[in-house]
Amino acid sequence: MDFPEELRYTEDHEWVLVEGDVATIGISDFAQDQLGDVVFVELPEVGDTLEAGKNFGVVESVKAVSDVYAPISGEVIEVNEELPDGPEALNTSPYEDGWMIKVKLTDSTAADSLMDATTYQKFIEED
Amino acid sequence: MKKTPINQIHRQLGARMVDFGGWDMPVQYSGVIAEHLAVRSAAGLFDVSHMGEIEVSGAQAFDFLQYATTNDLSPLVNGQVQYTALCYETGGVVDDLTLYRFAADRYLLCVNASNSDKDFAWLQNLLKRSTYSDLSLINRSEEYAQLALQGPMAAEILTTLTTADLPALKFYRFIEAEVAGIAMIVSRTGYTGEDGFELYCAAADGVKLWQGLMAAGQPLGLQPIGLGARDTLRLEKAYALYGHEITADIMPLEARLAWITKLKKGHFVGRDAMVKAKEMGLPRQLIALTLTESGVPREGYPVFSAGQEVGYVTSGTMSPSLKKGIALALVETAVAKSDQALEIGIRKRQIPAERTTLPFVK
Repeated sequence: MDFPEELRYTEDHEWVLVEGDVATIGISDFAQDQLGDVVFVELPEVGDTLEAGKNFGVVESVKAVSDVYAPISGEVIEVNEELPDGPEALNTSPYEDGWMIKVKLTDSTAADSLMDATTYQKFIEED
Repeated sequence: MKKTPINQIHRQLGARMVDFGGWDMPVQYSGVIAEHLAVRSAAGLFDVSHMGEIEVSGAQAFDFLQYATTNDLSPLVNGQVQYTALCYETGGVVDDLTLYRFAADRYLLCVNASNSDKDFAWLQNLLKRSTYSDLSLINRSEEYAQLALQGPMAAEILTTLTTADLPALKFYRFIEAEVAGIAMIVSRTGYTGEDGFELYCAAADGVKLWQGLMAAGQPLGLQPIGLGARDTLRLEKAYALYGHEITADIMPLEARLAWITKLKKGHFVGRDAMVKAKEMGLPRQLIALTLTESGVPREGYPVFSAGQEVGYVTSGTMSPSLKKGIALALVETAVAKSDQALEIGIRKRQIPAERTTLPFVK
């Protein structure tokens, strides 16, 4: 399983990539592996406000429905339009083609409190 | 947790294991969709050793089973299999099962894993309360390993391991034969809607049979299949699953199982309640729905008509073959018989759903 160093991770298995005041958000390799074949993705709309810890979307595999939680607060500025028709990108490329949304951060340091790759990997192993 | 004789192999294959009604079972190996499509296009091997087997034998076995089950045993010949059900006096379902006729005085019932103890106790209790006495009931669930070999390549794979005359073995018939040098029941039945076999051998031979089938089948595309794909495969064919389409509170007549409910065969357990319900008009009917927009219907989701809740989804999934959301739903009979537009409630939305003739995948 792959956990890129440049990302931050949550206990709910989302990842965040912060570039300036924009954060890209998706679900981790561990999350997609646990879910199995993803068949449906529900995303927010551009302009929606995210609140850290609140769910902003839904990912469904054949067997399970899973909420996706906002790792940080901000405003949605872009959603991955490819996902509704190609949800399998979450399995095949969770950190690149499978990105879910981009958010303009309310606080650009908010992601600093999230886990780094090493801590996240330990968190998964202990969980 | 209970383990089948094949358990160690599932673990070696890296299957994801789940607690399935007290059994440690593989839910998937490579992935539900890939496994599903392998069964539709080539072949799949399922460990279904968790299923229960109950033997009913003796001079009154036929009469007792005619009384205990909903279908009519009288047209059956030796070597024939029948899909049937055990019902309560209320008409609700104890379990659905396949009944194997070995002889006029010997039958084997293959029942759902999580129901097998309940079924056995139910039959023992029925027997005690009935006038039948010249028969014996034996729970043989522990003695068998059962593997299902399913898919268009199933017969070709099995042919390489047996001298039995498979072309002569018709759908819902069985023979006792050797496969891979192991004595077993070879039954041309299954739960996928594809051609295929259910193979019953001694528990101790289960691993050898699995390995023999995998070795023979892999060049022809055979893959191990978990419970995840077992469920999507049966749902595409609209086969009922106990606990979903049929329960203690749902009559077979409501679940499109009138064809296994032979009200004219004479008295059987549950018949009086069914006849009465039929006279009064059955309140609910199972229908098939296909979502016309993207979404995944799931068990328990409400079904709406003109904003009113008229029923609920008994089973739903994303069909791997159709790539659409499909559902079986139990709705008010008046709604089932009308052509009113229907929607399935998914979270906060109501998604339009089209009525579909069964099965979803022809």
